Amino acid sequence: MKIALVNGRLLDPENETLNPGGVWIADGRIVSVGAAPADFTPERELDVRGAVIAPGLIDLSVHLREPGQEHKGTIASETAAAVKGGVTTLCSSPETDPVADTPAVIELVRERAQAAARAKLVPVGALTRNLDGESLSEMYALRQAGCRVVGNGTRPLRHSLVWRRALEYAATYDLIVFVRPLDEWLAAGGCVHEGAVATRLGLPGIPASAETVAVAQILALVEEIDTRVHFSCLSTRRAAAMIAAAGADGLPVSCDVAAHQLHLSEADVIGFDPMVHVMPPLRTAADRDGLRRAVAEGTVTAVCSDHQPHEADAKLDAFPDTAPGISALETLLSLMIELTAEGVFTLPQAVARLTLGPARVLGLSTGRLRPGVPADLCVFDPEASWRVGESHWRSRGRNTPFWGRTLKGRVRCTLVDGRVVYMDPE
Amino acid sequence: MTSALQLDDSGRLRHFLTIEGLDRVWLERIMDTAASFGSVAEQKVKKVPLLRGKTVVNLFFEPSTRTRTTFELAAKRLSADVLNINVAVSATTKGESLIDTVRNLEAMSVDMFVVRHGASGAAHFIARHVAPHISVINAGDGRHAHPTQAMLDMFTIRRHKPDFSSLIVTIVGDILHSRVARSQIHALNTLGVAEVRVVAPRTLLPVAVESLGVRACHDLDEGLEDADVVIMLRLQKERMQGALLPSEHEFFRCFGLTRQRLRRAKPDCLVMHPGPINRGVEIASEVADGGHSVILEQVGHGIAVRMAVMALTMGAVQG
Repeated sequence: MKIALVNGRLLDPENETLNPGGVWIADGRIVSVGAAPADFTPERELDVRGAVIAPGLIDLSVHLREPGQEHKGTIASETAAAVKGGVTTLCSSPETDPVADTPAVIELVRERAQAAARAKLVPVGALTRNLDGESLSEMYALRQAGCRVVGNGTRPLRHSLVWRRALEYAATYDLIVFVRPLDEWLAAGGCVHEGAVATRLGLPGIPASAETVAVAQILALVEEIDTRVHFSCLSTRRAAAMIAAAGADGLPVSCDVAAHQLHLSEADVIGFDPMVHVMPPLRTAADRDGLRRAVAEGTVTAVCSDHQPHEADAKLDAFPDTAPGISALETLLSLMIELTAEGVFTLPQAVARLTLGPARVLGLSTGRLRPGVPADLCVFDPEASWRVGESHWRSRGRNTPFWGRTLKGRVRCTLVDGRVVYMDPE
Repeated sequence: MTSALQLDDSGRLRHFLTIEGLDRVWLERIMDTAASFGSVAEQKVKKVPLLRGKTVVNLFFEPSTRTRTTFELAAKRLSADVLNINVAVSATTKGESLIDTVRNLEAMSVDMFVVRHGASGAAHFIARHVAPHISVINAGDGRHAHPTQAMLDMFTIRRHKPDFSSLIVTIVGDILHSRVARSQIHALNTLGVAEVRVVAPRTLLPVAVESLGVRACHDLDEGLEDADVVIMLRLQKERMQGALLPSEHEFFRCFGLTRQRLRRAKPDCLVMHPGPINRGVEIASEVADGGHSVILEQVGHGIAVRMAVMALTMGAVQG
């Protein structure tokens, strides 16, 4: 199928530029960017009428919930939410039931994603068996099944020696290790940032050191064993600075933050709204602003959704007793665009952190507007707004603090391998 | 704002969840109303008919004797019917959720929930989800608030020292885990005391405690200097675990209130304790039973203050 996307504004994340032009696609790949190639007769022409044409978004942290927690989300429902949000590739968490610690579970998830025919999947394999934090998973088998990434999700590892061996073993098979840094002892029992708001509300706190201690521990190990490590979902500016410094020293490390961490802070917990119960917790306004700067400067190279859909009941309890997490795929792009309106970063910078940045973490060729790469594209109107709410919501989880809010940045059309997988109904 | 829930559009007290956000007029109104109920206990028939026909549910998810009993007596003296539900040993262990427990009771046409729960924010959660005619009174939620306890403490202080503006009040002990201390601090500052001090080792003080409007000390003698009111908090035995404190012995040595140490405070100072007391852990018997102690008086005032809060939230007396 030959497709032409014309009359757009091309967002090139590699050069962080925005220029008028189109994209021409044949056999699922981009054949030309900017001007039409000679002798190209499209079977389908999409006039995007001034919308931005960008690479499809790549989301490094998504809980699909299937298998095992289909009441929260299914691969079909959540990948539909993904493409509605412009996400064409997502990393699926191993925290399913059963956990993704065997090729069988990886195959199952991949097959169902293929059947759903929406976003592409990068399955994250479990770092330890049953995510127990003690015994290594069969990483060679996972690698054979196509896993490039392993991680232990939100579950802790028992102690530093397990970390060391897990990193070494993963390095043996050239696997990227995703780490959500949180020292379980310092975090124990906490549900919000340990600070003035926690003190006022009497909510058990998680100190910033729960994150920085865990980052320091992993960095020290990486220094010895040279494993490729990516830190997911940071919440403190200090951790971001530590990882940036380690990267500048030549360690093979990178990091991301969830988009909600760039918008919300501990102050949003006043009122006990369970929708802002997230893990890692919302930190101080200074952390939020520091993370914004780190994203703008590019020391934090990727922004993810940390999508965690829940059924309504999971949030219907006293704040500490609710499940943490936000259903975030559909608001990811908009939350970043909102920050461009505030002057935090430019639109090309924002999109680069959602495309090129995560593509580099995963070693993918996508995330770029370039001839020859798979035609995973997101066409959006950065000025058009939409209301987060019932109409057209795709995720099974409606747990978002942004529910009811009007956000800028509306996805018009999403393509995966040159195939239209989402079209704005309006 | 955590308190926005408890006042309705016309400024009436619908629920009583936290002291925070209530102004001085409201706190004085509660104390004045409590004072008007003071005589009920002296009557031959210790009842007034203000809540006749109303049903009050004591919904306790944590064990409590004193608080539950005084709420029960308060409700009965207002002529309400009282239902005591101890959920720690019933529904939730069978897997019923908090919201289901509340909805089931709501279906029985109750008028008020008095809630104690181990999670901070639980009373707010219930207040947000109950039918509009039901009032919720927070009888202690996690480490967050215990507003009726704070009000009975203020009531007790006012009877002895009516001018709050000159008072130095020192709260000693486990501030970190104390909902009582948080509510007391808000109440004392709202009533305009000269100074609130908190005294504890750093492991028992929450971070940024000064942001609540207190001066933090780690030395009891310093904290007691010229204090008008000394409030001792109960130290739970389990604080000896988890590396918060080395021993009860060392805690008493550093932070236990003895007659000797009390000499630092004003000669007419009051000694208070929300109970139940641990003799020899946070307070010496000679002080608990001594002339400065108003600990038993606090208990008696608990009933009048809880009657006041119930009557005000139910609109049975003019707010």
